[in-house]
Amino acid sequence: MEPILFIVFGAIAVGGAIMVVTRRHPMSSALFLILTLFAVAALFVLRQAHFLAAIQVIVYAGAVVVLFIFVIMLINVPENKLPLERLTGFRFLGIMVAGLFILEAALVARRFATPGTPTADSGSVEAVGRALFTDYLLAFEVTSVLLLAAVIGAIALAKKRI
Amino acid sequence: MMESLAISLVNAVPVLSGVPLWTITLLIMVMVAAVVLTFALTYSGLATYVERKVAGDIQARVGPNRVGPVGILQFLADGIKLLLKEDIIPAKADRFLFVLAPYLVFVGSFAAFVVVPFGVGLIASDLNIGIYYVMAITSLVVVGVMLAGWSSNNKWALLGGMRAAAQIVSYEIPVGMALLPAVLIAGSLSLQDIVRSQGGLFGIFGWNLFHNPFTFLSFFLYYVAALAETNRTPFDIPEAESELVSGYHVEYSGIRFAFFFLAEYGDMFVVSALATACFLGGWHVPFLDAEALPALWGNLFSLGVFLGKTLSLVVLMMWIRWTLPRLRVDQLMRVAWKYLVPLTFFNLLGVSLWLLLFHGKGIPQMIASLFG
Repeated sequence: MEPILFIVFGAIAVGGAIMVVTRRHPMSSALFLILTLFAVAALFVLRQAHFLAAIQVIVYAGAVVVLFIFVIMLINVPENKLPLERLTGFRFLGIMVAGLFILEAALVARRFATPGTPTADSGSVEAVGRALFTDYLLAFEVTSVLLLAAVIGAIALAKKRI
Repeated sequence: MMESLAISLVNAVPVLSGVPLWTITLLIMVMVAAVVLTFALTYSGLATYVERKVAGDIQARVGPNRVGPVGILQFLADGIKLLLKEDIIPAKADRFLFVLAPYLVFVGSFAAFVVVPFGVGLIASDLNIGIYYVMAITSLVVVGVMLAGWSSNNKWALLGGMRAAAQIVSYEIPVGMALLPAVLIAGSLSLQDIVRSQGGLFGIFGWNLFHNPFTFLSFFLYYVAALAETNRTPFDIPEAESELVSGYHVEYSGIRFAFFFLAEYGDMFVVSALATACFLGGWHVPFLDAEALPALWGNLFSLGVFLGKTLSLVVLMMWIRWTLPRLRVDQLMRVAWKYLVPLTFFNLLGVSLWLLLFHGKGIPQMIASLFG
């Protein structure tokens, strides 16, 4: 049962991601992004990482993409005024980077070809919290400083007078 | 959980042993989902009737009184009316998204019923991330509301949808932060565990509401923020009928409108159920331990207690709606970001310190330990 579900949700995630970059209207792209994020959350659930799945949906589908949609609604470009994008140098660069990334992912996947079977609590809140505050403490704190810098930067850019 | 249920069913009824286990598991899942959905829809229907009766009482009029005794079948009549109405999709609307939006709202709202701890052993799926599941699945509602507003191709709907999105995203933070004290005290995200952690001490002083001053405040912060998340007065800016006609669902009619309408009542129930489970002790009542009663009676009794508490909170929401005026948009955002968010963070810090200093003991427990 599990391999079938993995294939189904994996296919949805990849298919959704392809649709995100190929749709013309930004609203469709945002919605396919939500689909992809939900499919990835389902993959997390299959690996017993329920906590990660919930956080994935809350943070990405519930907040980040909602802000995307918010901006799309605010700008609200009519259908016939959407820019027609052509194959430019940037796009070729993008395709090359994507190819490089897939190659890298394949190499990593080969190295960890047989991942350990997850136990019931390997994805629990406690396990995630323990990992974050012991083994990955530096990365965790540095990320929070980065986010803080982003918040301050956003305010400094948006506000004319502080 | 469902799988173990399926295994015990196969053991009890030997005829089923030829059927593959996963079909039985799937069937049980479908049946449980059907039961929960039936309950949720019946509740929502009756809640619309109660809302109109409460509104009638507060405005010194009778309210619905024609269909059935004291008008109690009004919701069936309304439902049939909405089903039979012409289904209109505006010519300039984005057809696919216009049709999709009500389903997203409906699913997001009613999927949360799955983890509501209705009573001892009465929970459709006791997920170990219960609270986070609710917050995750209800984020579908925001997406649905925004899509409804955008795809209608109507300026009122667009404004309503944007207001709703801003409001729900803002208030999600205080809602989550106000629930965390209960999680900290129980040491678990499962709603069933949170309810269990509030037993003992005459059944009422074990409630998280009385655990310490911070949790007491936390309950009220949660209730206010949750009221805003369900888009009800005094926070119903997205619908504000005096300025936006009726906000994001202005172009919807018939059964599609009913989906939005029912989802609102579903949201109210889920929010009240979370408040009950996290702060008001779930199914615990003074002097009677539901878990000590004989199996079936215990289940039914705890179900009654839980529904009693939850529905009281729902009626309180209706009372508030028909009593208070609406906030302005800027006031609404100020309430969220300048008052509720800092207060809930302060509360969370307070509860954490309290648990650290007093080794997880609440005030009632400390008083009880004074008397041995």
